[in-house]
Amino acid sequence: MRARQIVTIARFTLLEALRIRLWGLFAVIVVLAFGAAWFMQQLAIAESARIETAFLAAAIRLAAVFVLSLHVLTSVVREFHDKGLELVLSFDVRRGDYILGRLLGFLLVATAIALLATLPQFALSSAPAALQWGLSLACELAIMSALSLFCIVTFTQLMPAASFVFGFYLLARTLTAIRLMDAAPLTGVGTPSHQVMSWLVEGLALVIPALDRYTQSAWLVDYAAPWATSAILAAQAALYIVLLGAATMFDFQRRNL
Amino acid sequence: MIARDERPLAAVPRKVWFVLLAALAAQIAWQALRPQPVASAAVLTPLPSLPALRVLAGGEPIALAGTLTLYLQAFDDQPGISIPFRDLDYRPVIQWLTTLLELDPGTQYPLLLAAQVYSQVPDPQRVRAMLDFVHTEFLRDPDRRWRWLAHACILAKHRLHDDALALAYARDIARLAPAAPDWAKQMQIFILEDLGEVESAKILLGGLLAGGQIKDEHEIHFLLERLKAMETAEKSSPASKN
Repeated sequence: MRARQIVTIARFTLLEALRIRLWGLFAVIVVLAFGAAWFMQQLAIAESARIETAFLAAAIRLAAVFVLSLHVLTSVVREFHDKGLELVLSFDVRRGDYILGRLLGFLLVATAIALLATLPQFALSSAPAALQWGLSLACELAIMSALSLFCIVTFTQLMPAASFVFGFYLLARTLTAIRLMDAAPLTGVGTPSHQVMSWLVEGLALVIPALDRYTQSAWLVDYAAPWATSAILAAQAALYIVLLGAATMFDFQRRNL
Repeated sequence: MIARDERPLAAVPRKVWFVLLAALAAQIAWQALRPQPVASAAVLTPLPSLPALRVLAGGEPIALAGTLTLYLQAFDDQPGISIPFRDLDYRPVIQWLTTLLELDPGTQYPLLLAAQVYSQVPDPQRVRAMLDFVHTEFLRDPDRRWRWLAHACILAKHRLHDDALALAYARDIARLAPAAPDWAKQMQIFILEDLGEVESAKILLGGLLAGGQIKDEHEIHFLLERLKAMETAEKSSPASKN
């Protein structure tokens, strides 16, 4: 019974993405990114294919994260405003099951977007490299959909939730480089301020996934990653989704509706 | 089609119409009265440090390096103005090329720009600066970058007429780049021959043939003919200039 409720909520989440033409919107973005990448390829006098592939992959990756995160945020905000949440919870549905259903639905949406994003890569790169890139993007999008759900349930307002999500994403993509900079500073080694900053940066690295390791365009243009890397990234993503899901449920259980 | 649930245009108050049209007219007038843009050459500023660029790249160093390379490539052709290479300050250009290679070590593009584009300037000092850059970068990864040093070698010989520099480059290819093809490794022989050092050229050529490094029969035949020609030329004149 509970599993059926979760699946039903997930199905309606997926249906919503279909009704608001999310796939069409993303397909248009992919075509635009293709056009921009082709333009860059035309400008290049060497390694044109390399530049085209790398630019297309980076642009589609960023667009996929942006579109998916905004979709999750606006979908839940709309439900808050339309009192759909109260309607669902007036039935015999547990709060935790509602979150699980929504999370499952958004994970399916993330997978579908990753699939759409990966299709053009097959045309420009080898099949194993494109597959690894696509799997990694699916993991990255899954993390971002879980994070977006957590933020909107916690903040309930679009602006702070969106700011947090995109700030988090930016930090997760740059944290490794920041840690490297922190490990070898030009001045101020050993000063209290540097020590505090180091603790802060290393502390953040403990709770934020290193998204710069995911979905690397180098896999498409230079070398395919070992499959073990894909497995490690998938395991890390699964762990983080469980963490975010638990945090979302924690917040949602404490909410007075 | 989406059904539109809108009131007619007549429902818009006249004041709103007036403000809208007045603002539109003012905007058009403002733009029309602006002076025509004047093209001015921008100076190429140095790139941020490599760690800062890695942060900016956010895990996409290849895409960032590619975009920056295209920006640098188009820098001499700015909107409304074209800067000749001889007027371009080559110090920041070399700093850009070095940083781009560090950001994306897999790319060959900056080396191509240095060897084929920026070295076409009619200024020997700038050509030397670019060749020096290519040589420095070759030393970091000889097996993958030998072809740009081979091109630099040709430029040094025919553009700068600096046979000593060309010979130094050719020797480095032969010594440091085992993955380079035989023709690249043999360049030093022909430069030595042109320098009149036929004896050294013969020793090198003989060594190559005896060492069994060359497998292709046509190539062996060509090199043997070359060796014979050198010996014949040596007998008839002090040095071959062919």
